[in-house]
Amino acid sequence: MMPPAEGQNTREITCIICPLGCTLRVLLKGEGVIKVEGNRCQRGIIYAQGEVKPRRTLITVVKVYGGELPVVSVKTSKPIPKDLIPEAMKVISRVSVKAPVKAGDVIVENLLGLGTDVIATRDVKAV
Amino acid sequence: MREMQRDLTIIGGGPAGLAAAIKAWKLGIESITLIDESERLGGVLPQCIHTGFGLHYFGEDLTGPEFAARLIGRLKETDVEVLGGAYAAEINVKPDSFKEVYGYRYGEAFKIKSKAIIYAAGCRERTRFEAGILGERPSGVYTAGEAQTLMDIYGILPGKEIVIVGSGDVGLIMARRFALEGAKVKGVIEIMPYPGGLIRNIVQCLEDFGIPLYLSHAVAEVKGSRRVESVKVMKVDGNLKPIGPGFEIKCDAVILAVGLRPRIELLARAGALIDDATGGPIVNDWLETSIPGVFAAGNVLVVNDLVDYAAEQGERAAESAFKLISEGDLTRSGAKPLIRGRNVRLIVPQLVSCLQDVVFYGRVSAPEENVAIRFEEIGKIFRLPAVRPPEMFRVKVPASDLLRLRCEKLTVNVMRLEA
Ligand SMILES: Cc1cc2nc3c(=O)[nH]c(=O)nc-3n(C[C@H](O)[C@H](O)[C@H](O)COP(=O)(O)OP(=O)(O)OC[C@H]3O[C@@H](n4cnc5c(N)ncnc54)[C@H](O)[C@@H]3O)c2cc1C
Ligand code: SF4
Repeated sequence: MMPPAEGQNTREITCIICPLGCTLRVLLKGEGVIKVEGNRCQRGIIYAQGEVKPRRTLITVVKVYGGELPVVSVKTSKPIPKDLIPEAMKVISRVSVKAPVKAGDVIVENLLGLGTDVIATRDVKAV
Repeated sequence: MREMQRDLTIIGGGPAGLAAAIKAWKLGIESITLIDESERLGGVLPQCIHTGFGLHYFGEDLTGPEFAARLIGRLKETDVEVLGGAYAAEINVKPDSFKEVYGYRYGEAFKIKSKAIIYAAGCRERTRFEAGILGERPSGVYTAGEAQTLMDIYGILPGKEIVIVGSGDVGLIMARRFALEGAKVKGVIEIMPYPGGLIRNIVQCLEDFGIPLYLSHAVAEVKGSRRVESVKVMKVDGNLKPIGPGFEIKCDAVILAVGLRPRIELLARAGALIDDATGGPIVNDWLETSIPGVFAAGNVLVVNDLVDYAAEQGERAAESAFKLISEGDLTRSGAKPLIRGRNVRLIVPQLVSCLQDVVFYGRVSAPEENVAIRFEEIGKIFRLPAVRPPEMFRVKVPASDLLRLRCEKLTVNVMRLEA
């Protein structure tokens, strides 16, 4: 690949779409993908475009009071930007809820103003 | 002793057992009892709070507890009897008679006589000693499953500076959980020259958090008098023999993710033949063990990487049990053995009747690209862009192809294709 011109940069990422796991060299300008190399099929290009600003579903647990279990498992309702995960964890670690909790209950509304909620993934009965 | 008589007894309420129970009920088996030693159904799913479950089975990416809740919800719509806290201790089968399950529930012994048994007891984690990790025995050494239960069910962080042994999906997922909860994951140690887990998990569990992966390295020793203080890590050569002086990594917890073993003790004691390659029972294309009328499904049959396969096997076992119960017999005669050929580490079922479509689940020994899975004697080929030991392959061979088999065996090879 040509050395990046001014305002451009390259990044190496591993494609996770199929077991071949191609190493993709991505040439970027800002947030735009200029070129992808190392992909052995077209799906790699689409994957590279998505990974410029990667998003992940965040999974953790939240404290519960008065429940059969001391914590409830939660997830974000949509994937959130990867960079914001540490900040999101700080917010979530300060939250606690009172039993009973039902799977699907909103535990944190509009996390970091992202339009994504944190929702419970299991029931915790009150005791 | 409490005695019961049923058409079908299912041992294990994980995804395989649950899927079997639901399917068996739908097919019309009337009296079904499902027993599990735990009070909570779902097997290992309730502690697996990450996503990655059910893409095939439900067409959705669910967390473990959500996947379990869906199945449990469906089970509640049936009249299947569920006995929680019921431990099966023995299976006793006399030819041409009822199959008996003996066990205990709340200190009371029970016996269930049934026409068929589906055994779906899952697997257990290998211990540090099975993995050859020597040294002292301080506190702070946990299996991945123990750590997962502590963190994700009871909200307790087992340590702050973590070393993970084994880079299978279980180890990788635990590395991410620790990193997210603010622990420092000092490294994931893998004895093989390639990672043991899915590429997705290498990227999203290690690379995302900058966690180092030591390939071709082994933990030789655990050090610490009361609490773990460090581990000794050695590089290994091509024969997995340690080389060089090694180095130490300071840590206060060691998490073992060194593989899973089918829980076959009951089956083996009842006389079922065991396959050294899978560690599970040898089954025919009905998923029936060498004990007629006793079927196996899920991780006790073969350690599955996808819950979807475990559930699929449960349904398959239920179909077979239904046929046996309603028709009084299964066509087993003329079953031919599968022969593991080039780069095939394991394959189930191990016997085929050649009278029905068969779904084969297999694993390779070494990673390879641009290959074909070839069922030699019938000339059936499945092309795959790549195979890796951590990813099971699943192929369905139709009866029309199997009918062509004229030999007494069916050989499976993974062949390299020309570029
Ligand atoms: C850490 C981890 C992460 C995973 N991640 C994923 C993933 O991301 N995606 C995915 O698709 N799959 C994943 N899997 C795999 C998936 O969870 C398994 O394939 C599946 O749970 C196997 O189901 P099973 O019903 O065979 O066994 P289990 O879930 O183990 O259930 C077996 C049940 O049998 C009961 N039992 C055993 N012996 C007896 C007895 N003698 N008497 C009574 N009851 C008994 C046990 O109590 C248990 O409830 C993961 C597994 C683990 C361990
Ligand atoms: S680029 Fe294509 S071939 Fe390569 S890993 Fe991605 S999906 Fe597979």
